[in-house]
Amino acid sequence: MNARGMTAMTDAAAPAAAPIVSGRKVGKLFGDFRALTDVSIDVAEGEVVCIIGPSGSGKTTFLRCINQLERIDNGALWLDGELVGFRLEGERLHPLPDGEIARQRRKTGMVFQRFNLFPHMTALQNVSEGPVQVLGESRAKATERARALLTRVGLGDKTDSFPKDLSGGQQQRTAIARALAMNPKVMLFDEPTSALDPELVGEVLAVMRDLAREGMTMIVVTHELGFAREVADRVVFMDQGRVVETGPAHALMDTPQEKRTRDFLRSVTHKD
Amino acid sequence: MSLTSGAAAAIAPNPHSGPARREAAPEVDISKMIQVRPRRWGRMTAVALIVLILAWLTKAFAEGNIAWDVTGDHMFWPTILKGVWGTIWMSIACMIMGIVIGVVCAVMRGSPNPVLRWVAIGYQWFFRGTPVVLQLLIWFNLALVFPYMGVPGIGSARTVDLITPIVATLLGLGLNQGAYTSEVVRAGLLSVDRGQFEAAQAIGMGYWTSLRRIILPQAMRVVIPPLGNEFIGLVKMTSLASIIGFSDLLRSVQDVYYLNARVIELLMVAAAWYLVVVTILSIGQSALERRFGRGFASGVRTE
Ligand SMILES: Nc1ncnc2c1ncn2[C@@H]1O[C@H](COP(=O)(O)OP(=O)(O)OP(=O)(O)O)[C@@H](O)[C@H]1O
Ligand SMILES: [Mg+2]
Repeated sequence: MNARGMTAMTDAAAPAAAPIVSGRKVGKLFGDFRALTDVSIDVAEGEVVCIIGPSGSGKTTFLRCINQLERIDNGALWLDGELVGFRLEGERLHPLPDGEIARQRRKTGMVFQRFNLFPHMTALQNVSEGPVQVLGESRAKATERARALLTRVGLGDKTDSFPKDLSGGQQQRTAIARALAMNPKVMLFDEPTSALDPELVGEVLAVMRDLAREGMTMIVVTHELGFAREVADRVVFMDQGRVVETGPAHALMDTPQEKRTRDFLRSVTHKD
Repeated sequence: MSLTSGAAAAIAPNPHSGPARREAAPEVDISKMIQVRPRRWGRMTAVALIVLILAWLTKAFAEGNIAWDVTGDHMFWPTILKGVWGTIWMSIACMIMGIVIGVVCAVMRGSPNPVLRWVAIGYQWFFRGTPVVLQLLIWFNLALVFPYMGVPGIGSARTVDLITPIVATLLGLGLNQGAYTSEVVRAGLLSVDRGQFEAAQAIGMGYWTSLRRIILPQAMRVVIPPLGNEFIGLVKMTSLASIIGFSDLLRSVQDVYYLNARVIELLMVAAAWYLVVVTILSIGQSALERRFGRGFASGVRTE
């Protein structure tokens, strides 16, 4: 584990088993502003990777690039053996048509900081909508699966509630169920608990912990260092659009190699 | 306690007095008490005023030179009913046209494709920029520009035969309505949070599915009140089509009073029917608002 800890190493040689998500020197520009520079991250199947870092360091942007809510400008992103967003023919790069992009997106499930549930649908409809509209499942089958998923995240009794009648934690758990309903290969979480009241954080983290235990591949942007330490296989520290340091959770958090990582960890722990 | 002494006490508490003395809270269960209804004087005055004004108006019209029995007799005349029907179906047809065109046009305006965007902008520019009466007249007189119309290889016909008053009214009011409705729909689309579109995309929905299943249903909630407005406006706008010979309600009322000279009585017939139609529409609007308002909590009373 420690051996592929440093970014420099992952840059040079990919790990033995082909990773399911692989960013190679990913760069992203917003106008003249470099939001991401040379971001290289590999995530193996079944691995849980937490991304930490100060505000504005590009964590959200990186997740959004993986599921193509943003398009990258440099480097390359690979997902499940496919180039993300493009088809490569020799030297020629063809942007994928919308249908293909939608198909690639289905490999990832995204959980947003602000839940983004569909307010005009009940919890059950929120979860079954994707399978019916996108996967072409029958309404009956999708509803049955949605009910099972909601039960799994502890919301079996809230299936007919509209999002406005759910607490923040319940909304976020519904959002997780909605993403899971598409049978994604990778789950992406963007600060899933930072919009929640402190007493609701635990219930969402518990659901995520279960998912990790079941072997789901997860990339989690989080400020919950306790969660990262406990659940993550590896932690990536980002700052100013770059990966500063990556390593096994305990190693990175207990004995960070870089000064910026140390400063960040100190500032975060002192806040608590 | 008087105001002055209270204020003085608050500013300069007597240092020698102990903490404010309070009685222990007595045992009271408000559900066992007799509730005194608050007197709403403002409301009562308003009601009294309204009743007075209505009574005065009724008296004025009852004593005025209107033979109300003539009005009553004409309410269900076949000519009048035909006019009512004409107004209703033409309004519905034009509104359907307006909504279809409006949605398409609003979506085109939001499209990343500049060609679609500019077509939509041009369409709105023309149809909102000219009076609807003028548009009706242009459609009706299209034969002056193009005596014959047709599709090459299939056939053609004289324009005067194609553009009847009904067709001209449909085109005139429907296309005009589409231009206005598109702005209403666009406002609705803009009101939906961007995160909704991203969430839909994130579960693999395409652009059109997201629009149909996620964005438009939420936009509808915002769109229905102004759309109801548009519809009611359209019901009354059909009366403009009488100038090109479409038999709407106003036109049939006029047909009748040209014969019997009971002008005011028949205008009252028309007024009554317009009110009936608009009332029914408003009821339908409330039902739609409830349907599309599900899942949303509004801070203000909406009905
Ligand atoms: N659409 C955009 N247009 C312009 N700049 C953007 C856009 N999105 C993000 N940025 C910029 O890119 C940088 C990285 O943003 P990002 O949201 O990825 O940070 P983050 O690490 O997720 O921060 P936080 O912890 O506050 O969520 C920020 O400086 C931000 O201002
Ligand atoms: Mg962020």
